[in-house]
Amino acid sequence: MFDNVWLIPFLPLVGFVINGLFGKKIKNEAIIGGIATLAIFGSFLVSCGILMQMIGLSPEQRVFEKVMFPWIHSGVLKIDMAFLLDPLSCIMIMVVTGVGSLIHLYSIGYMHGEEGFYRYFAYLNLFCMSMLLLVLGNNLLVMFIGWEGVGLCSYLLIGYYFHKKSAGDAAKKAFVMNRVGDFGFLLGLFILFWWFGSNYNIWTINFTEIKAASHLLPYGGVVTVATLCFFVGATGKSAQIPLYTWLPDAMEGPTPVSALIHAATMVTAGIYMIARMSFIFIKAPETMMVIAIVGALTAIFAATIGTAQNDIKRVLAYSTVSQLGFMFLAMGVGAFTAGVFHLMTHAFFKACLFLGSGSVIHSMHHALHHGHLNDDAQDMRNMGGLKSKMPITFITFLVSTIAIAGIPGFSGFFSKDEILWQAFTNPYHGSLNVLLWGTGAVAACFTAFYMFRLVFMTFFGECRINPKVKDHLHESPLVITIPLMVLGFLAVVGGYLGMPKLMGMLPNYLEHWLDPVFELANEYGATYAHAGAHHPHSLEWGLMGASVAIAVVGILIARTLYISSTGIPAKFTSAFPVLHRAVYNKWYIDELYDYIVVNPCKALGQGLWKGFDVLIVDGVVNGVANVVMAFGGVLRFVQSGYIYNYAISMALGVAVILGYYIFR
Amino acid sequence: MVSLNSYLLVSAVLFSLGTIGVLTRKNAIVIFMCIELMLNSVNLTFIALSRHLGNLDGQIFVLFVMTVAAAEAAVGLALMIAFYNNKETIDVDDVNMLKW
Repeated sequence: MFDNVWLIPFLPLVGFVINGLFGKKIKNEAIIGGIATLAIFGSFLVSCGILMQMIGLSPEQRVFEKVMFPWIHSGVLKIDMAFLLDPLSCIMIMVVTGVGSLIHLYSIGYMHGEEGFYRYFAYLNLFCMSMLLLVLGNNLLVMFIGWEGVGLCSYLLIGYYFHKKSAGDAAKKAFVMNRVGDFGFLLGLFILFWWFGSNYNIWTINFTEIKAASHLLPYGGVVTVATLCFFVGATGKSAQIPLYTWLPDAMEGPTPVSALIHAATMVTAGIYMIARMSFIFIKAPETMMVIAIVGALTAIFAATIGTAQNDIKRVLAYSTVSQLGFMFLAMGVGAFTAGVFHLMTHAFFKACLFLGSGSVIHSMHHALHHGHLNDDAQDMRNMGGLKSKMPITFITFLVSTIAIAGIPGFSGFFSKDEILWQAFTNPYHGSLNVLLWGTGAVAACFTAFYMFRLVFMTFFGECRINPKVKDHLHESPLVITIPLMVLGFLAVVGGYLGMPKLMGMLPNYLEHWLDPVFELANEYGATYAHAGAHHPHSLEWGLMGASVAIAVVGILIARTLYISSTGIPAKFTSAFPVLHRAVYNKWYIDELYDYIVVNPCKALGQGLWKGFDVLIVDGVVNGVANVVMAFGGVLRFVQSGYIYNYAISMALGVAVILGYYIFR
Repeated sequence: MVSLNSYLLVSAVLFSLGTIGVLTRKNAIVIFMCIELMLNSVNLTFIALSRHLGNLDGQIFVLFVMTVAAAEAAVGLALMIAFYNNKETIDVDDVNMLKW
């Protein structure tokens, strides 16, 4: 089955080609959607087969490389189109193809009736192909193809409703910010390649070969620079400070796109990249600190913004940025397994949340459309009381919200708690640990608060939608609710793969699964950080209890503000108008970027246009023409039209030539 | 016998007369006649030298030159007739339509 790994990215590629080329002619939505969904589902089946096979092998044997074809063989540079299968990539392909299949199925129902239906599915398949290339690539360049590909598909899909200017703007913003990150990725790649090559004559960007040669890398120095460059790439792709502002705007795209790309897959590419190169990052303690700090700061920063948003998708978007911050916090403290664990559980519950919000929006839109009303279908202030009208959506949404809040028994608790525990007890950052843990804990509190605020505003209370259309709200069709149910189920049980040893109920399957992948990184880390300190179980229980308490506090505050005493938020807003305005306007970061980056670029463009292009380039071109015309103006007088002149010049010419030969 | 130099001298004189005629005369027909004069002077040179050197090549070439002269005269006269149809004159001073 390992040999069939090429099918995994190939099937979505076939789906893209068929839907892209012939989709417009195939008017039948079921066929288009069916082709796309079957393609990605086929990849899922192959991934399952590979997982089964890998489980049957012993840990040392779980590495497999398959070369498809040699791609660039130029002198010392040898790059092949090849795939690497190991426990880490196995998890990633399962998540991508599994969640991807569910979202494809969901989209068949959600995008019903859209013109450009085929275009959506073609792009979605292309996206899946790129993401699968990214996680399966066995060298940095194949990973980069996928990296760029997902950025491109993100642009194409965010700008799906291209008739709206805001969608086009959001797509451009996403792509440009991603590009800035890509630049960092490339710099990191070049630095690594150059360093290995010029110092040891090892010219490679293949992960296995780099891993084998990684003992030659120094701690810090050039490694810090390279890893920081890679991290810039990760901030762009995974929406961390400073390159996160594209993600909330990306909600202009269709909701399933937000679920797939901006919750489960593309934004996790940065995490995957760091996990894949854990053995390099661990050698740069300064970078690890930067990653941890940026992750923690992003987690809390985005969480604060999420508390004041009214658009249901915006809240989820900021939640995504915040949870990604948690994942980066984990990576930054050397807890690579915890980061990947949270990636997995987050994919489940966040996709469920986004798809659930899509179900709500779909229903709201349908109802408002029926009444010919122009209210915003996505504004939570127009919602309320939906739990009786959309029970399945409500239950799955509630389950996922409990998961993201970190309540024990649900998946999010296990992964988030593991991250916070590792942040507190990691051997790398000394006195900073408490701060990191504290920031994470406060962010977790905010998370619980704004997520439950969302649930209470949307599903509980009185129905605030225009009374005329209230009766048109109904549950979404099966093709939408089945993925919700599956994801909701996974949001509950997904966490049991990684139960901590402390609880002693199930072994920590995930840790055993991923140990061989991060073994080398832990080895390197142990050389400069003394992980020997054995932490008492009481500390672990204590921290666990603290995080649960924090989550419950957040939920209770949300319940008070949005169910029992619903007048409080308004009073709070009027008591602290400046603070509220700042948080509601996303701390004016977009305006800051406009001032620092966008406007200078525009000014530079204007200046180059008027000053350089018009004055100098056009001037030179026109100048040449003017010179030619001037010469012509002088020379034309030779054409006098006077025959005698012509005859005399001929005679003189002959005389000169003869004279030359006679007197030579 | 008449010496070679005489022939060459006559030829040169005829050639210069023809050239001066081409450069100074107004009437297009007269200019054509002067061109014919130049061509014939060259013919004379060829014949004289051919006789002098005992080589028949010069006389063969004269036949070619005469053919060309005849053809050229025909074309030139046709040109002049076309021009007269347009401008009612064959004064070369009036042939100035390709002026700047």
